[in-house]
Amino acid sequence: MSAALVQVRDLKMHFPIYAGLFRRQVGSVKAVDGVSFDIMAGETLGLVGESGCGKSTCGRAVLRLYDITGGSITIDGREIGHVPQSALMGMRPTMQMVFQDPQASLNPRMTVAAIIGEPLDEHTDWSKAQKLDRIYELMDQVGLNRQFAHRYPHAFSGGQRQRIGIARALALKPKFIVCDEPIAALDVSIQAQVVNLLETLQDELGLTYLFISHDLSMVRHIADRVAVMYLGQVVELAPREALYHNPLHPYTQALLSAVPEPDPARAQTPQSRIILRGDVPSPADPPKGCNFCTRCPQVMARCKTEAPIFREVTPGRFVACHLYETVN
Amino acid sequence: MTEPSIPGVAARPPRNHWWDVWDQFKVHKGALVGAFFFLLIVFLVLFGPLLWDIDPTKTNIRSRNQGMSWAHPFGTDQLGRDIFARMIAGGRVSMGVGLTAMALSVIIGTFVGVIAGYFKRLDGVLMRLTDLFLALPLMPLLLVTVLLFREPLSAAFGPEGGIFVLMVSAIGITSWMQTARIVRGDVLALKEREFVLAARSIGTPPRRMITRHILPNVMSPIMVSATLGIANAIITESALSFLGLGFPPDFPTWGRLLFDGVDYLTQYPERVFWPGLAISLTVLSVNYVGDGLRDALDPRIRGR
Repeated sequence: MSAALVQVRDLKMHFPIYAGLFRRQVGSVKAVDGVSFDIMAGETLGLVGESGCGKSTCGRAVLRLYDITGGSITIDGREIGHVPQSALMGMRPTMQMVFQDPQASLNPRMTVAAIIGEPLDEHTDWSKAQKLDRIYELMDQVGLNRQFAHRYPHAFSGGQRQRIGIARALALKPKFIVCDEPIAALDVSIQAQVVNLLETLQDELGLTYLFISHDLSMVRHIADRVAVMYLGQVVELAPREALYHNPLHPYTQALLSAVPEPDPARAQTPQSRIILRGDVPSPADPPKGCNFCTRCPQVMARCKTEAPIFREVTPGRFVACHLYETVN
Repeated sequence: MTEPSIPGVAARPPRNHWWDVWDQFKVHKGALVGAFFFLLIVFLVLFGPLLWDIDPTKTNIRSRNQGMSWAHPFGTDQLGRDIFARMIAGGRVSMGVGLTAMALSVIIGTFVGVIAGYFKRLDGVLMRLTDLFLALPLMPLLLVTVLLFREPLSAAFGPEGGIFVLMVSAIGITSWMQTARIVRGDVLALKEREFVLAARSIGTPPRRMITRHILPNVMSPIMVSATLGIANAIITESALSFLGLGFPPDFPTWGRLLFDGVDYLTQYPERVFWPGLAISLTVLSVNYVGDGLRDALDPRIRGR
């Protein structure tokens, strides 16, 4: 592992809420509220968490698809957190995204060749033939038949559409790709194909992924390190095996205990499964102190008043929890 | 999993996609019939005077109020003018006003709608402007415009040309609001779709985002309001001519012929029938062509 390709520090993305007669701002949804992580070149960082915890927003904010509220993002040695959108143009080829819903992420009025070629139209001044060559090369790379280049997205299955989306992301030879739940909308047999394709491409092209998913077993398969998000914050960040064998944060423990085990002999007894009570608090009004204090089975008095600091407890393992403040 | 393509074998060269559009258009029988009638009317209106060289304004009091005959296929009116020749001359004006005013109103409406929907900052201003135009009482506004601008425009473009420009701009400027609202609504919905986000992650600038991703996807409502707009424009022009504010009374348009015929409705009902049929046929054929085009331009419908 070399140096960090992506450095995110204290990233904040708040969406304002307007209400009342004069549409005044009455608050904000803190979708991402102080997230920090590094992604090394060539590695895959898994980002997991339940629905609505801010995973996708975080991924999009890292690529500056939103204008972020606070924090800094450094990709490939360049700080992009607060530069205006127009100045980002030159950075766009380095960082690309694969979207969740392959149905919605492809323009129904464009042919496959036009979709894959759009980044080339924007960022290169190649001739038509040169672009078509590159488009065919990309289609080969992701396992699409060249014959289909002039068809429209509706003629493809979900897995094929996701391949088109991946080919578009690869067109400019990016270093860093955010995969925003690329497999959530696909059925299980196709999921494996797409994940394997992503892994093959990573080996061939030396890509770095931020892999967002709620599928814990898929993240275990593909990720090198895993970050767990809860209510807009990363609660735990650890290498894959350490996290899955010995989760530290109570939320991670609960999350992992909910993963179904196909082998009945190894299945947990119902008693050992941690069942969280209550609902996730609203991101517009997170609890004072630790975000997880309303549902934590190991809650202490201190958790309700004081927010824990996200810190390294053992080398490479970061946790935001008061339980581990005395460890070192 | 798709079968891998054989490297080295050149892929089929892309067929011009207008051929696919034509193939789909042909499937829609109504659109084909509509296109045939529309082209027929356009042909008659453009080249009719060459084939039927009776002067539409020549009066012949001896042969007034005649029925259908070989000399006068649609008969003659109360001043003995040939109605067929007047239909051809009137069609030129009515079709010209209808198509141009529709084009103007669709262009303004689409422009305002897309800009308001895409750029949040301009949304409020442009939509209040649209509301303002919707709230204006149209007839008094048209009357004032005609009174104010008739003289200078007639001086600049000649009496008929001046009225034509005046009619087209008056109708165009007062009928774009529905299009703008519909387009804005569709653009607001489209803007949140993931393919627009994907284009942003590529770095596509707003200008090309609109032309490449937004406009092709709002074609359907634009097409619908365009076809309805032609009918609306022809009818508004008739109403204005009837009020004496459009073209001069002896200058034939379909609306003018219709209103002139109303006085003789009980004795000679065919005088209302012919211009009425022409307006209805034009509107109906344009509607069918629009319907067929909308289907043919949508790749999801095309080819199934």
